[in-house]
Amino acid sequence: MMAYHGIVIAGFGGQGVMLIGQLIATAAMLEGKHSTWFPSYGPEMRGGTANCTVVVDEKPIASPVVETPTEVVAMNYPSMMKFGKVLKSGGYLFINSSMIHETLDRKDIKLISIPVNDIADRIGNLKVANVVMLGAFLELTKTVEFKSVEEALREKLTGRKSALLDYNLRALEEGAKYVRKSMSTVG
Amino acid sequence: MEKAIFNPPKSLSKREFTYCPGCHHGIVHRLIAEVIDELGIREKTVIIAPVGCSVFAYEFFELDGTVAPHGRALAVATGMKRARPDLVVFTYQGDGDLAAIGTAETIHAANRGEKLTTIFINNAVYGMTGGQMAPTTLIGQKTTTTPYGRNHEKDGYPIHISEILSTMNGVAYLERVTVDTPQNVRSAKKAIKKAFLAQIKGLGFGLVEVLSACPTNWGMNPVEAMTWLREHMAKEFPPKLFVDKVGDG
Amino acid sequence: MTKKIMMKGNEAIAEAAIRAGCRLYFGYPITPQSEIAEYMARRLPEVGGTFLQTESEVATVNMVYGAACTGRRVMTSTSSPGFSLMQEGISYIAGAELPCVFVNVVRGGPGLGDIQPAQGDYFQATKGGGHGDYRVIVLGPSTVQEAVDLMGLAFDLADKYRNPVLVLADGLIGQMMEPVELPEMRDLSNLPDHSSWALVGAKGRKPHKVTSFNIDPHELEKMNKRYQAKYREIEKNEKRWENYRVEDLEYLLVGYGTSGRILKSVADMARGDGIKVGVFRPITLWPYPYEALAEVAEKARFVLTVEMSSGQMVEDVKLALEGRVPVYFYGRMAGVVPTPEEIYRHFVKLLEEG
Repeated sequence: MMAYHGIVIAGFGGQGVMLIGQLIATAAMLEGKHSTWFPSYGPEMRGGTANCTVVVDEKPIASPVVETPTEVVAMNYPSMMKFGKVLKSGGYLFINSSMIHETLDRKDIKLISIPVNDIADRIGNLKVANVVMLGAFLELTKTVEFKSVEEALREKLTGRKSALLDYNLRALEEGAKYVRKSMSTVG
Repeated sequence: MEKAIFNPPKSLSKREFTYCPGCHHGIVHRLIAEVIDELGIREKTVIIAPVGCSVFAYEFFELDGTVAPHGRALAVATGMKRARPDLVVFTYQGDGDLAAIGTAETIHAANRGEKLTTIFINNAVYGMTGGQMAPTTLIGQKTTTTPYGRNHEKDGYPIHISEILSTMNGVAYLERVTVDTPQNVRSAKKAIKKAFLAQIKGLGFGLVEVLSACPTNWGMNPVEAMTWLREHMAKEFPPKLFVDKVGDG
Repeated sequence: MTKKIMMKGNEAIAEAAIRAGCRLYFGYPITPQSEIAEYMARRLPEVGGTFLQTESEVATVNMVYGAACTGRRVMTSTSSPGFSLMQEGISYIAGAELPCVFVNVVRGGPGLGDIQPAQGDYFQATKGGGHGDYRVIVLGPSTVQEAVDLMGLAFDLADKYRNPVLVLADGLIGQMMEPVELPEMRDLSNLPDHSSWALVGAKGRKPHKVTSFNIDPHELEKMNKRYQAKYREIEKNEKRWENYRVEDLEYLLVGYGTSGRILKSVADMARGDGIKVGVFRPITLWPYPYEALAEVAEKARFVLTVEMSSGQMVEDVKLALEGRVPVYFYGRMAGVVPTPEEIYRHFVKLLEEG
């Protein structure tokens, strides 16, 4: 597994792309790795497209900005079009196939489609669609370990939000399970 | 045996005033110093001087003091009072400082109900820079920048700061006074004391507007200036008690 | 050792200030640093401090002046247009020799500009944004951790020299999250004693007067000479910088803050291709570490300065090298953050052009 990950996570504001970026960065920290999380900010956060860049590495991170991401997570179509193009050759493109019905015309990348909204709906909480995606992402990229993300979730979801912990843990698991199953069918 | 029948207030320094003959700054300085002495607060009072003729005010008082940038005395005072609520902090400001360049700071300090005291000297002209139009210059009044007289079409109207502040809930004491007769001097002192008490008792913002003569820049002798103050300024800016939450207790 | 936590730069800056003993914050919201004010509004009351949202940056800087007159630790934060509004007050604060800390989380300009990370305020920050002969100590963090560490240093330097200190960050430092280790809470009873000059009431002593004012030019010149002597002392004692992979360098990259850290990636890329590149990153932007830069640059075939501006710090690089080494510049403006790859491409182009 490579040590360096330069990840872009993008979607509509409200799809929770910032949160899953923070979970990856926090989990990396808990594993003693270096990490940075940098959001797009300003008016585009409300209603428009939001994205964040997460860098994880074994050594101190010089650049928190990334020109060619090693992984891209696209929760909606505009995000796939914008960031799918700059994804590194051989990199993973995760798309939310509940919302994106087209594919990107690139043969040199690994395209992973996950219907995260449908899966989240089955779990019983549409809001955890982002964490379903995170489960799938972690299963394939191994950027950080599941148990570190669980720990990060436990730190994040305190007080009134702690009721949501179970949904989130299930979402992680279901996302991972989905890609395991589809991989075994394909390959 | 000799008996002292007159002593300068302890809160005034030994520095000689540098004000022009007939100017009212000296009278008001003395009233403030007497009030501080009588309230026994000299050792915890800080003066914030303005930019203008009274820029040296911090030197004339036997108090800790500083000079604020032009118009910002009430912001400086706010910072000081918030840092040390146990201090008594007052600003001494002219009409240009308080009612033109510093209008925003004045209104917001009053509106927040800052526990501060402001002595506002309104003499309808810019003194230190040499007699230009002030926000309180009267209609028709000639200054070096209104050589044909203030024209409301071009220059707008004299601004009534006390009337504006009187609408604000944060204000605990607000009065407009003159110091043109011994009786009015006594009333002015009472007003100044109450404006300090509003702060000391934690009631809110206290301000006393003093209509003040500027014979030099009005181009008059001191007697003419006093007459003009009564006959013209006091008509535009009538002396009045606007707000008194201090009471007589 | 405290444990690492993930924090947004703006919030880490605020918490670091509180841990450094700052209990007074005045500020006016402006993107991309409003989280500092929001954090202070929530946190200061918990530690017995005072937060005040002001009516403008003009009022803010003067409230900082007033609070600093009492000798207590005080700060504000803002972003570029707001920092412009504070310049008059900073000149007064420098003249009155008041300790206080400013944070400017720089965004794209000029004018209203945008709200993305930029470094276009370097001239204003380091060459005197206000009127008169004065200096502000300027610290340029390149990571969230460094921002935390420099906040503590900023308060200490402000107290030591009775001078305003500016932490010059940018929207990236303010908005990004990184793991940080926070320092312990400073013991308030051990902070520097300012009773010899502070305005706290003339109890049992002669009154203190704190001003930037003297109507007599000869007296005012004396005050100016005192300021200048202090500035020379700061120049002697307080220069800080970081060298990265400079031991055997053939080419040198120079940058501060966010662009400084990005340059380390560029140096790594170049070394991956067998080109010996090092990085010099000034941490104090005033006083600027001219001598240290000259020392590492001597061996370089050329120097490439990179900034998120049209080229401001590059003038100090040229001053340091006095024409002995060729100095090139690469910059992005208006809130565009350069990537390591694009800088490297520019570097390679310079190499090929010989």
